[in-house]
Amino acid sequence: MNNQEVTSILLVGVGGQGMILASKILAQVAIERGLDVKLSEIHGMAQRGGSVVTQVRLGPAVNSPLVEKGQAEFIMASEQLEAWRWLPFLKKGGTVVLSTQTINPMPVIIGSQKYPQNIAQRVEKAAGRSIAMNAFKMAVAAGQPRAANVVLLGALLREMGIGEEEGLAALTAVIPERFLEENRKAFASGYHFEK
Amino acid sequence: MKELLSGNEAIARGAYEAGAGFAAAYPGTPSTEILENFARYPKVTAQWSPNEKVALEAGIGASLAGVRTLVAMKHVGVNVAADPLFTFAYTGVNAGLVLVSADDPGMHSSQNEQDNRHYARAAKVPMLEPSDSAEARDMTALAFQMSEDFDTPVMLRSTTRISHSKGLLDLKEGGGPAEIKEYRKDPKKYVMIPAFGRLRHLEVLKRLEKLKDYAETTPLNRVEKGSDGGKIGVVTSGVVYQYVKEALPQVSILKLGMPFPFPEERVKAFAASVEKLYVVEELEPFLEGYMRSLGLKVEGKSLFPLFGEIDANMIAEKILGTPLYKKLEPGDYDPAEIPMRPPVLCPGCSHRGAFYVVKKLKLITTGDIGCYTLSCLPPLQAMDTCICMGASISSAVGMVRANPALADKVVAVIGDSTFFHSGLTGIVDSVYNKAPLTVLILDNRITAMTGHQHHPGTGRTLQGEETVALDIVDVVKGLGVKRVVEVDPFDTKGMEKVLKEELAAPETSVVVARRPCALLKKKPDPPFACDPELCIDCGICMRLGCPAISQGDGHVQVDAALCTGCTLCGQICPKGALKEAGETHE
Repeated sequence: MNNQEVTSILLVGVGGQGMILASKILAQVAIERGLDVKLSEIHGMAQRGGSVVTQVRLGPAVNSPLVEKGQAEFIMASEQLEAWRWLPFLKKGGTVVLSTQTINPMPVIIGSQKYPQNIAQRVEKAAGRSIAMNAFKMAVAAGQPRAANVVLLGALLREMGIGEEEGLAALTAVIPERFLEENRKAFASGYHFEK
Repeated sequence: MKELLSGNEAIARGAYEAGAGFAAAYPGTPSTEILENFARYPKVTAQWSPNEKVALEAGIGASLAGVRTLVAMKHVGVNVAADPLFTFAYTGVNAGLVLVSADDPGMHSSQNEQDNRHYARAAKVPMLEPSDSAEARDMTALAFQMSEDFDTPVMLRSTTRISHSKGLLDLKEGGGPAEIKEYRKDPKKYVMIPAFGRLRHLEVLKRLEKLKDYAETTPLNRVEKGSDGGKIGVVTSGVVYQYVKEALPQVSILKLGMPFPFPEERVKAFAASVEKLYVVEELEPFLEGYMRSLGLKVEGKSLFPLFGEIDANMIAEKILGTPLYKKLEPGDYDPAEIPMRPPVLCPGCSHRGAFYVVKKLKLITTGDIGCYTLSCLPPLQAMDTCICMGASISSAVGMVRANPALADKVVAVIGDSTFFHSGLTGIVDSVYNKAPLTVLILDNRITAMTGHQHHPGTGRTLQGEETVALDIVDVVKGLGVKRVVEVDPFDTKGMEKVLKEELAAPETSVVVARRPCALLKKKPDPPFACDPELCIDCGICMRLGCPAISQGDGHVQVDAALCTGCTLCGQICPKGALKEAGETHE
C-alpha cells in the first residue's frame, strides 16, 4: 500500500474468530500514518457461527465504508472456505492471505453438501498472489490458540509493505498488555512466514 | 485527538456532548450499541425498557421533566413506539428529545426492510440522516437544539452501514447532562383530549412550515459542485452519498442531511443547474416522490431497486453504463458448490432440546424473534411462522380459536426477553378468550441474539446493578394462567411428556423451559465423544443440528473443543454410542 491511494481490505471468517481485533490493528496503522480510515462490520446474527466479513479502507480520504466485488487489494481469510466464498471481491492481481483451517458449515455437517476441495490451490491460481498457512497451528505454537488472526495479520501487513516494527507498534496499541507476549509472537510468526 | 467511532458510538457521543441526561431503548440490531455506549458516560441515566413503546414513553416523561433525552431503536421498534410518537409530535417537548431509528436495508438482521423516512412525514416531525460517524455525532447534537427550537421530537435515521461502520472524528471537550429545565404544567399542550388536540394539530402545521423554511437554508442540505460542467446532478442522502462520491467523483451532488421536511426550492434550483438529474436512495422512492410532485424530470427507481442496498458499483453501472470494478470469478468458481454458512444455534444452546422435541411431536410452531428463530433452518426446521415481537402467542390464539382442529397441534414459542417485550398481552388474550393454547417460553435468562443485554427477568439493570427479577412463572400465573409447568430443555423425555399433556389440556397452558444461554456458561461440562464400536451411523444425532457433531469415517465424531457436554446427543442416540469422553473406546 502507499499513502496516496485508498487501499481496500476484506477480512473474512466465521463468527467468533475475532475478525474485529484484526481490523482495529489495521485501523491503528492508518491512524499512526495520519491516514483516513473506515471500517464496516456486520454483527447481530454474526455471533452465531455464520460467515462474517469486516471491511477496511484506508487512504488519504475515504468515502465509502464498503469493499465491493472486484475492489479488494487484499483478502485475509481465517478459514479457507470463506476465502473461496469471498474471492469475487478480490481485485484482479490482488493478494489473498488465508488459513488452511477448515470449519464445516451446517450444510456439510448434516451431509447435504460437500466441503469444496483443493481450495488453497484454487485460490493460488486465481489470485495475483496467495499465502496459505495453518494459522491456527501457528497460533498454538505461539502460545495463544485464539491469536490465529494475529498470525494472518502479520503476513497481511508484510504483503501490504508495512514494516514489522510499525505493525508491532499498532498491535501493542490495541491489545491489552497481559496478552501482548503471545500476540507479538503470533504476529512475528505470520510476518516471517515463508510459503 | 481523532478517535475511531462507529455510527452508534458517535450518536451516543453526540447526545452526551449535547447535554442529554436520560436515555431509554430496547435492544435491536443495528441500534443496540447506542444505549450501551451512552450508558457509560458519567452522570447520565440510562435504561433498557421492556419494549420500544415504553422506552419512548419514558423518554417523553424525561423530556417533559426538563431533561434532554435520547431514545433509540431499530426500524421495526418504531412500529411499536408509533402510538406515543404520533401524539408526542402534537404536544412537543420541554427539553429536547431525539428518537433514533436504525434501519436495516438488506435485512442483515431483521424481518423486514421498511423505510422509516415515512414515519417522519407521517408523524410530521423533522428527520436528519447522517452519512458517516462524524456526521452522526454532529447531527445528533444539532437534533437536540432543533428539538427545543422547534418544540418537536426530532428523528435521526441511521442504517446498518452507518451504525456499524467506523470512521474518525475529533471528540469535543466536555459534555454531560445539561441543566434541568423547569417543569411547567400546561394541559392545553400536554393533555391531548380532542379539544386540545385540534389546537395542537394547528401548531404542528405551523411548525412544519417553519421547518420547511429551515430546510431551505440549513447547511445540513448542501450542494457539492462537480467538475463535469453541470452534465449530471445527483440528489442523495445517508450512506448512499458516500457511494455516489465513490462512483461519480465528477458530478454535482445535492446531499440532503435533512430528508424531511423536503427542501423544495433548493431541489428545484439544483435541478435547474444540471442537464441530467438523478436521485439515488435505498429502499423507497421517498425523495423521488417529492421531486416528481414538483414536476421535475428525474431518474431514480427506474434504475435502482426498491429493495436491498445500493453500492458504488451499481451507481456507476446504472448512471455511466460501465461498472467501477470487475469482479474476479475464475472458471472453477461455482457458487452452487459453495455451501452456505448460515448462523446456527451454538453448541450447548438450550433451545436445541426444546426444538428437537417440538419437531418430534410434529407441531405447528408459531415462532418469534430471537436466536431461536434460527431453528427454522435445517436440520431442525421446527418453526412455522415468525412475524414480529410477540406474534407467536397472539397469532396462535387466532389459529386455535378459528380452527379448533389445530388446538392440540399448535405451540407458540417465545423467548424470555421477547415475552417481556410483547408476550404478556398475548397471554392475556389467550386466557380471556379461553383459547386451548400451549405456550412454550424459552427462558435462557438474557437477551441473547443482540449480544446479551439484561431484561426484566434477569435481576440486573443495564448497568449491571441488582434489581427485582420478574419470575415468568409468577407473571403468567398473575395473568390468570392456571396450568404452568417448568421444564429443563435438556431433558428431552420430560419435555415431551409435559408438552403432550399440555397440548391435550382444554385451556391455556404455559411451559417454561429454563436454561441459561450456553454462551454465559463460564465452564463447560465434560465433552461427549462417540464410541465407534457402538455407533451404527444412523444419523439421528445429526438431526440436532449441533455444530460439534459431524460425520466421521463410518461413525459420527464430536469436536471436544466445541462440545459443552449438554448431553442431548447422548439422550437421543439409540445405541448409547454418545457418552462423556473417557467412557468411550476412542
